[in-house]
Amino acid sequence: MGNKLIVTAAPHMHAHQSTARIMWGVSLALLPAGAAGVYLFGYAALAVIGTAVAAALATEWLLQKMTRRQVTLLDGSAFLTGLLLAYNLPSGVPLWMPAVGSFFAIAVGKQIFGGLGQNIFNPALAARAFLMASWPAYMTSFRAPGFDAVASATPLSALKEGHLRQVYSYLDLFLGNKGGCIGEVCVVGLLAGAVFLFLKGYITWHIPVSYLFTTGILHYVFGPSGLFSGDWLFYLLSGGLVLGAFYMATDYVTSPLTAQGQLIYGTGCGLLTAVIRLWGGYPEGTCYAILMMNAVSPFIDRYTRGRIYGTGKMR
Amino acid sequence: MKLLPEFLKGIIKQNPIFVLALGLCPVLAVSTSVKNALGMGAAATFVLVGSNCIVSLIKKAVPDKIRIPCFIIVIATFVTIAELVMKAYSPALNRALGIYVSLIVVNCVVLGRAEAFASHRTLPASLVDALGMGVGFTLGLALISAVRELLGSGQLLGYTILPGFQPALMMALPPGALLVIGGMLGFFNLLKGRRE
Repeated sequence: MGNKLIVTAAPHMHAHQSTARIMWGVSLALLPAGAAGVYLFGYAALAVIGTAVAAALATEWLLQKMTRRQVTLLDGSAFLTGLLLAYNLPSGVPLWMPAVGSFFAIAVGKQIFGGLGQNIFNPALAARAFLMASWPAYMTSFRAPGFDAVASATPLSALKEGHLRQVYSYLDLFLGNKGGCIGEVCVVGLLAGAVFLFLKGYITWHIPVSYLFTTGILHYVFGPSGLFSGDWLFYLLSGGLVLGAFYMATDYVTSPLTAQGQLIYGTGCGLLTAVIRLWGGYPEGTCYAILMMNAVSPFIDRYTRGRIYGTGKMR
Repeated sequence: MKLLPEFLKGIIKQNPIFVLALGLCPVLAVSTSVKNALGMGAAATFVLVGSNCIVSLIKKAVPDKIRIPCFIIVIATFVTIAELVMKAYSPALNRALGIYVSLIVVNCVVLGRAEAFASHRTLPASLVDALGMGVGFTLGLALISAVRELLGSGQLLGYTILPGFQPALMMALPPGALLVIGGMLGFFNLLKGRRE
């Protein structure tokens, strides 16, 4: 990070970056995965996305009006929260669920702490955990792509129950031809958006790479038939891992600031995700892993703080 | 000596839950339904009144250095009475509250009032203080449990209030208790800040 902190004398050029530009940029990057989700799961998915986004914007507007603060709907952060929440829901949920979830995300996840930049936890993930704890039946009934009412397990949940009935090719997993949440299935769409984010400089490689690397290694080492036999690619392409690693763990507010801190944070996310998946009670652990690392990221920041030049050892 | 303010302060100005933030363990644990909350509130109030009165009476006889163990013995006596009575006359409530009845012994509200108030005040003042604190504790507990029962099971005092409502399971679980208590603490602090 050193090269980002070069201090020079004026004149300076404005880089035309702002919170709003970045938030809308990330939303744009999420578009291909969402379009794929709608294509795979039908208009029900579109309704879920629309409801979540509308409810998030409405809640943000209402709370900022109530507390007489400046209304910041146009900065895109509420839009992005609603969008990310919808991407984390199965397509078949009743429409009051994204609405309640978005309300929880904005009200309890963000505004109670003081609004954008003050929240401890990623609001969309906090809301997902809330919905998961409150209405687990809806949150774990997935539909098969292309059909309206055919129930399907996700690859990870089928594996957890010990019977992977259907054999998934890597290509199916990569393109999104599998059961799952709306925005997590189409890995290729998510990666395309991630490339855009890298090129724009909105995210750095530290968190996603350390996250995916750690999870992959652990899945490879602790395989089903002895050590070093795991199908790591299957695990990387399944569940919400790609969505989590590129779009949720990298949330500026809830992740560490320095490169060193981000590496620790990403490794921690990867470790917890693999531990929950391999030995935990849930088939997928991305959401909880990121939330837990959100909670410790202030500590990581504290211990990876850069030292002031010329002041000797960090105390 | 004015007794009314001593009674009222426990309900609003020094509410044990929302202002002093004492005795939160039973508040977290038994606030799943209003019925449990009222039972717990009644038991805690009984112990508070009993221990405050006795502590106020023996305050001169107790050596300063061992006052805490003495208070605990007094409190434990009343908790045992409360628990035996509850077991005899309301076994269902006793089962619902479980270990938290015995744990009133270590409830900070009870020991706190004995130490901070009854150990150097007169008997009538201590009695009124205990009643006020007990009522404040019960009201706070009832308020929290009303929200949790309504959202967590769609019921109030066991009657279905919201038919067709899909209860949010989380509100009946420990995270729901923490959310509601945190939210209410913040809300009452906000009101307090506005008034001052």
